[in-house]
Parts: sequence; structure tokens; C-alpha cells
Amino acid sequence: MQIELRDHTSLLRAGMAPITAVFATLVICSALILWAGVPVLEAYALLFKGAFGSAFALKETFTRSIPLMLTGLAVAVAFRSKFYNIGAEGQLYAGALASVYFGTGLIDLPAFIMVPFLLLVGALAGGALLLVPVLLKTKLKVDEVVTTLLLNFVMLLMVSYLIEGPWRDPMAMGWPQTASIVDNGVLPALLAKGRLHAGLIVALLAAILVWAVMRFTVLGYEIKAVGFNAKGAEFSGINVNKTVIYTALISGGLAGIAGVSEVAGLKGYLTLDLSPGFGYTGVAVAMLARLHPLSVVPAALFLSAIYVGADSMSRAVNIPTYIADVLVGVSVLAILVCVMLTQYKIRFRS
Amino acid sequence: MSELIDILLTTGFWAATIRIVSPLIFGTLGELICERAGVLNLGIEGIMTVGAMSGWMWVYQGGDLWGGVLFAASMGALFGLLHATFTVHLCLSQHVTGIGITLFASSLSYFVYRMLLPSATTPPKIEPFQNYPIPFLSDIPMIGEALFTQTPLTYLAILCVPVVWYVLHRTPIGLAVRMAGENPVAVEAQGINVLSVRTGAVMVGSALMAVGGAFITMSWFDAFYFGMVNGRGWICVALVIFASWKPGKALLGALLFAGLEAMQVRAQLSSGAVIPYQFFLMLPYVMSILAMIVMARKAKYPQALLVPYRRGERV
Repeated sequence: MQIELRDHTSLLRAGMAPITAVFATLVICSALILWAGVPVLEAYALLFKGAFGSAFALKETFTRSIPLMLTGLAVAVAFRSKFYNIGAEGQLYAGALASVYFGTGLIDLPAFIMVPFLLLVGALAGGALLLVPVLLKTKLKVDEVVTTLLLNFVMLLMVSYLIEGPWRDPMAMGWPQTASIVDNGVLPALLAKGRLHAGLIVALLAAILVWAVMRFTVLGYEIKAVGFNAKGAEFSGINVNKTVIYTALISGGLAGIAGVSEVAGLKGYLTLDLSPGFGYTGVAVAMLARLHPLSVVPAALFLSAIYVGADSMSRAVNIPTYIADVLVGVSVLAILVCVMLTQYKIRFRS
Repeated sequence: MSELIDILLTTGFWAATIRIVSPLIFGTLGELICERAGVLNLGIEGIMTVGAMSGWMWVYQGGDLWGGVLFAASMGALFGLLHATFTVHLCLSQHVTGIGITLFASSLSYFVYRMLLPSATTPPKIEPFQNYPIPFLSDIPMIGEALFTQTPLTYLAILCVPVVWYVLHRTPIGLAVRMAGENPVAVEAQGINVLSVRTGAVMVGSALMAVGGAFITMSWFDAFYFGMVNGRGWICVALVIFASWKPGKALLGALLFAGLEAMQVRAQLSSGAVIPYQFFLMLPYVMSILAMIVMARKAKYPQALLVPYRRGERV
């Protein structure tokens, strides 16, 4: 078996890669559905209906996609410069902690200042947390994958300590949760009914902003250059370490905003189950989007639909909800192969 | 301070350390073998979960304990083969593949567990490995009880250290594995297939990781819980760097960690509630990061780690 570089990649082939990957994922996971004794098409139809079949389902799918868009963007930006930030989960909680610290009564400003202020402190907190791994990488060459992963566990324990200890809401009947965000700090609801909130607008704006930065600014060019060939970038006069640090600040900031949006938009307060692994799913979102900021939006919607749809599917027929996580895991592996096949061809030889 | 010394003098502490160290030894040796061949295996967290689930399930379904260990190992090797196909043969990003394998392997374990036990609210239990005191040696005061009154799987873990060292450093196969991670072109020049050597190393390493997972459900505890591996895989990755890719040092590093964890459980109990328990639980993760910082300047990475090998390509 030999792998050969293609002379050129047609746009059609490049565009088909994520679609092929999604299709392959659904086919591979149908084995598990068959095992559960459910007809495959019926199961996927139920999943689709659960995600898009009613106004309520649609709103849930969009609501769930907000944190995935933000963590997906965080991962996409970082991976672009080959800085492997797997710590979006921890940075999300850092942002959530910041929003709770400032948003539960410490200060109270008019809503049009308070909301951006909370988003800002959340972004700063997320960026600050990622500053540790990125400085360790640039100064001491410590591998960032392991440090970001380990910090996720540290952050979760930190949150656990704060909501059981000093930040616990005395009015919460003994539940480990923080006090609620003040009214002026709450991200407003977008529709009269349902849970969809202004976090969606924040996420969409973030996607456009990140795209603009990557497409039109010097920093964006440098981030891509470093990711493409760090040595070459260094020779052409780009300060690689500085670029990676900026990338990390943007990446951590985006994940931090995801935390603010979940607390101030959806839950209202902070608990330990704020994120069921949004940071890790962000890796799948970014990969399905081929690290393109605008493609993150449909990719996040797709994975969110899988989670929301799988929930309702498992209620209707007897398939464990973990099928959604399996689909996400398989999609990461499938997209890797599909993207490779756009750039290389495999030739079998004896 | 005197309380800490008191803890150090109890056999319970040392016995716990040896128990806690076993899965870390399996995991660290497994990761070490993969990385020595030039492949970073971030699937470790998921592969340990697969081992924990499949070994336990084998016994729960009526199989015997050693059959369970073997089953867990072969499941691990299977996921290792998947990882090797992606990273060694298709030359895909080792980082992203590893994360993908971890997501896939752990969610698949949970799915399979739920499929086979749909309505289990309290996790059902198995009869795990029992302590097997080694004759005579276990009669030595203190050491006997701590080191020689353990389960067979712990003895296997400790035995693995010299075996892995011997194979890596004293046999032709080990030389090929280490060369594949340092200078694959030279391996190819010897007429040895780099891709096969790397694939084999990743499969063996992954099998060891899975046994480490199986230890948790079959020797340490007796049931499978969700999120049971809880970052131990990532700690093993840090330990490999801490150990400078040497089996002996890996054992020392793992012992240090296990000792710390055994200590924190006891310190937690004796400190009352002065220090919140979360800070004790943070220790292993923080220590892993510190260990990587300490070793950062001295770390001698295998030269071809993360570098895919394509036959006939100029380097």
C-alpha cells in the first residue's frame, strides 16, 4: 500500500469530505443500532425528528449548538497553528467561574454594559488558563496536549470546591450550586418561548470575527503560516512563539465565552454539570469544519442535532444515549480519513 | 509533620501504594513502548476504559479472571491496530487520531455496558482477583505485607518492568522498535519493515494499557463505573516524559505518584476538614504537570516521535 500526493485537490472533492465523513459515520454506527434490535432507518428518522421535527426540538438543537460553536471555534483556531488545545473544557469552566464571580452581585451595571463585561471577563479567564500550557510550550517545550488535558481535571475540582464551599448559594436548599446571575447580566432570550438565548448571536458573531481575523489580518496569516510550516515561518521573520501565544489567548478566550454563555444565557447559575464534555466535542466540531471558522457553525449544529436527537430517540426506542458520543467519536476518525483522501490517493501494490 | 511520618510507617500505606501503582505501571509501560517506536498514543485514556469494561464484562458474563485479562488485552490490541492503521499506515495526525480513539473507545465502552446491562442502577459486582501471599516472602514484617501480599495482577505489573526493559534494550526486536522511533530510514536499510515494527509496538503497548484498565475493575475494585479511569491515562503520558522513556525510571515515577495518592487519602482523613478534599484530589494532576516541567529541559524525545514514515520519501 502506498500513499501518493494528488497533483491538485478539486473544490468538489474538498467540499464532499465532511459530507462523506458524516455518511460514513452513520453507516458505521448503524451496526450498533442493529445490535440494539432497531431498524436503522427508523432509528435515524427518530433521531432526525428529535432534532428538527418540531419548533421545540429545533430550539433545543440551536440552544445546544451555542457552546459547541464556541468551543469548536476555540479548537479550530488553535489547531490551525498546530497548537493542540484539548483544554476547552477547563477554559469553559474558567469563563463560567469569572462570570459567576462578577455577575452574582459584586457589581451591577446597566444590561448593555453588564453583558459585554461578563463576556469579556469570561474570555480573559479562559485565555488566562490557557496561558499556562502555552507558556510552558513556548518557553520549555512542554507538550501542550497533556498539560491542557490535565488542567481540565484541575479546573473541574476547583469548580467543585467553590460551589460546595465559599461560592455555594445559601438559598439553594443545600444543592451545590452558586447564586444566580443578576438580572442585568443575563443574556436575553431570543424567542418568547423556549430556552434559546442571545448566546447564539454571540457565537455567530464570534465565528464571523474569527473568520475575518484569519482571512484579512496579518495575525491570521501568521497563525496559518505557523501551522503550515513553523520552521519556514520562523525563517521568513514571523515570531513563532508570539504567534502561538496570541493563538492560545484567542482560543482560550472563545472557550471562556462558551462558559459565560452557558451560565448567563442558559442555566443562570453554575453547577458541576454545566458542560457534558462540550470542550471535547469541540474537537469533533472543529475537525468536521476542517478548521474553517464559518464551517464551524453548521458542524456545531450537526453535532448538537445528534445529541438532542439521540436523547429523544433513546426515549422512543431502546438504544442507550451513549450512541451520540459514539457518533461523535467515530466522526472525528472518519473526517481524518476523508480529508486525507482529498489530498492523497492510496495505491495498492503487491 | 509527625503525622506524615506516622502514615509512612503503616503497612496499610505501602500496601495501598503498591495497589495504586499497578494500573499506572501497565499504562506507562504501554505508552512508553508506543512512543519508543515513534508513535504518540493519546488513545490511552479510552483504551484503558475499554480494558476496564471488557475485562470486567468477561468475568461478569461467566468467564474466568485470567480469560478476562486476556480479553481486555486483545481488545486493547485491536484499538491499537486502529490507531496504528491511522497514524502509521495512513500517516494521519497522531494527536487528533489519539483524541478521536479516546472519544470513540470510551463512549463505545459505555454504550456496550448499557446495552448488556440496560437496567442496572447500582453497578453489579464480580468476584475480583484475591490477594495471593507469596510463601515465605510475605512473612517478612512490613515489606511482606505491603509487597508480597497482593493480587497476581500486581505481581504481573511489577514483573512487566524488567521484561519490557529486557526486550527493549537487550533483544533484536527491541532494538528495531527503538530504532523505528529514532531513525526509521536506518531500520529500513537493515531490511526491516518500519511500518510493521511500529504497528506491532502500538498493538503491544495498547494491550498493556487495556490490562491497566482491567486492573482497576478486576483487582482494585469489583465493579465498572462511568468515568472510572478519570485521567489516569493522561497521567501515564506525563509519566513517560518524566521517566525519559526508560522502563526503570517509569517504575520509580509511578511509585512516587502512587505513594502521593495513597498519602493524600490518608492525610485527607487525618486533616479533618481543614483542607477541602478537592485540593487533595488535584494533587496527581498538578504533580503530573510539575513533573513535565522539571524534566522539560532534560527530556530526550525519541527523534522520530510524531514523524510519520513514508517509504522512499526524502527526509
